[in-house]
Amino acid sequence: MSPETLAPVRPPAAGTAVTAAPDVVGAPRRRPRSRSATVLAVLSALTAAAVAAFLVLDAQGAWSFVLPFRGTKVATMILVGYAIAVSTVLFQTVTNNRILTPSVMGFDALYVLIQTTLVFGLGSARVAAIDPRLRYLVEVAVMVVLAGALYRWLFGGARRSLHLLVLVGIVFGVLFRSVAGLMQRLIDPNEFAVLQDTMLASFNAVDRSLLALSFVLVLAASVVAWRISHTFDVLALGRETAVNLGVDHDRIVRVVLVVVAVLVSVATALVGPVTFFGLLVANLAHVLVRTHRHRVVLPAAVLLGVLCLVGGQVVLERVLGLNSSISVVVEFLGGIAFLVLLLRGAAR
Amino acid sequence: MNRTTRLAVAVLGVLALAFVSLFVGVSDVTPASLLGPDRAEAWNVLLVSRVPRTVAIILAGASMAVAGMIMQMLVRNRFVEPSTAGTVESATLGILVVTVLAPGVPLVGKMGVAMVFALAGTALFLRILRAVPLRSVLVVPLVGLMLGGVISAVTTFFAYRLDLMQSLASWTTGDFSGVLRGRYELLWISFVLTVVAYVAADRFTVAGMGPDVTTSLGLNHRRVVTLGLVIVSMVTAVVVVTVGIVPFLGLVVPNVVSLLVGDHMRRGVPWVVVLGAGFVLACDLLGRVVNQPYEIPTGVVVGVVGSALFLFLLLRRPARVA
Repeated sequence: MSPETLAPVRPPAAGTAVTAAPDVVGAPRRRPRSRSATVLAVLSALTAAAVAAFLVLDAQGAWSFVLPFRGTKVATMILVGYAIAVSTVLFQTVTNNRILTPSVMGFDALYVLIQTTLVFGLGSARVAAIDPRLRYLVEVAVMVVLAGALYRWLFGGARRSLHLLVLVGIVFGVLFRSVAGLMQRLIDPNEFAVLQDTMLASFNAVDRSLLALSFVLVLAASVVAWRISHTFDVLALGRETAVNLGVDHDRIVRVVLVVVAVLVSVATALVGPVTFFGLLVANLAHVLVRTHRHRVVLPAAVLLGVLCLVGGQVVLERVLGLNSSISVVVEFLGGIAFLVLLLRGAAR
Repeated sequence: MNRTTRLAVAVLGVLALAFVSLFVGVSDVTPASLLGPDRAEAWNVLLVSRVPRTVAIILAGASMAVAGMIMQMLVRNRFVEPSTAGTVESATLGILVVTVLAPGVPLVGKMGVAMVFALAGTALFLRILRAVPLRSVLVVPLVGLMLGGVISAVTTFFAYRLDLMQSLASWTTGDFSGVLRGRYELLWISFVLTVVAYVAADRFTVAGMGPDVTTSLGLNHRRVVTLGLVIVSMVTAVVVVTVGIVPFLGLVVPNVVSLLVGDHMRRGVPWVVVLGAGFVLACDLLGRVVNQPYEIPTGVVVGVVGSALFLFLLLRRPARVA
């Protein structure tokens, strides 16, 4: 799978559907459009270069081995970058701010907890007997339900302050991780080994059947998102305005949350939780394109996500010669970015 | 019941927990076996393992809770404690640095380096806080948690490169199962520090009112804040070096105490000491009983209970928090 195969499902392809959004119509759209076109073109070129560099740089041995081997890794990274970028941008649109992301709200810790609970409840023998793809689907389904419930509880009803939500989300993440850690210690060591295999999937050891299934899930989620993509720009204006402009806000938000939950599950199942990656990518995209239109922001975020993962891995592995995981670097940079955002008052 | 009686009841409760803690474990030690035919063996287990463990739990629990209380006084924020201010993560980084650069250094030396790092991390946290306009009380713990995240990312990066991830896990998960006679005595330092904190309690209350009030009341603000930071950093360093991180303890216990007896620090310190010790004792006992004959590290149990309680405190009264 290459970036090109993903292109048709990207929301920008839905360009024609967006014309209904109020801020697209009007005079001052010439300059931002040319600017965003340039940004997108440069990002695409850089991403393609990074993918190519990852595939061919320092290759030793037969190409028939190297290309499929690295191709699987690149495909995983593209899928994960795509899933995290889209889920974060959509989540920020729905919650109406730039500092909340699914990972900050503890969604990926929730997914790890679901995986652990499954092994804990059924025992590793029975879990191993289930088709991994079926288990994956069950986990994703449970995730969609639970993430929806969590969101409803936190965002529905009484309005809470943003800082409270962020703090609650972070502490929920700690709670989910602690409970998962507790269960992991309660099950016996043999079962834990099975669990660790399923949980700590890194870019280097990805199950091919899961990869194919993940691709199908991401595709399905993207199609759903595409069909409602014309409402995204209006959703970003806030609930009252959106309802006023004729968008069925509650229904659309529910759909978006399902999409987000599926994408987060896929990303977490493939590589494990990465807290600040989405935050970094979504905010960089906003800074670069300087517009709120999703047909520009979404592809920019996706390209940045893939570029960060693939390019970062190339720089770390081939240029600097480090075998560290890219996620540690992302956590470091993302944490600093989060602090800066917080201190500059972006959390308003 | 008046205040003193209630405190006495709480102390009795903790003593009862401590008594139970002496007789729970893999090796079968009961009051009867201490007098029975195999008493030498039973006394040996009791004195080498059980008593040090129980004492270590009480010392660590009490001093971490008091450290959290001091931080909350100085920053004037209810949601601050060593693990939400970058202190714990900085101490961990310090231990990593000393382990890599000077592996032969004795435990006291490691503690010293960890303390210097903890002090620097906490000072950085306070500096950042001073630089930002605070719109909401919740920004403070958020900044602290993020700073901690950044510092621990640095630690993880180097630990991963140097194959020290496993040692790192032993410092970051509070675990009392390794406590034996001769391996926990450093914790008595934190006992001394807790006594100092009690003596200086009123000063911290005053310092929490800001530099102007403190100065006009005739206290050197800078000196009081420095004293508080040194106590917090030393307690954190000692606890992380000897048993590992016990998360959220300094946050949950003082908040529960302020619900019970109000915000008077001098009056609150005994309660914080008693409840801190009792909370960790209970969590440790739970960790020992739940999965016998294996043990669950205390830090994990405290993490579950502590974060649940933290959530409860956050969501309990939105009006007061927001």
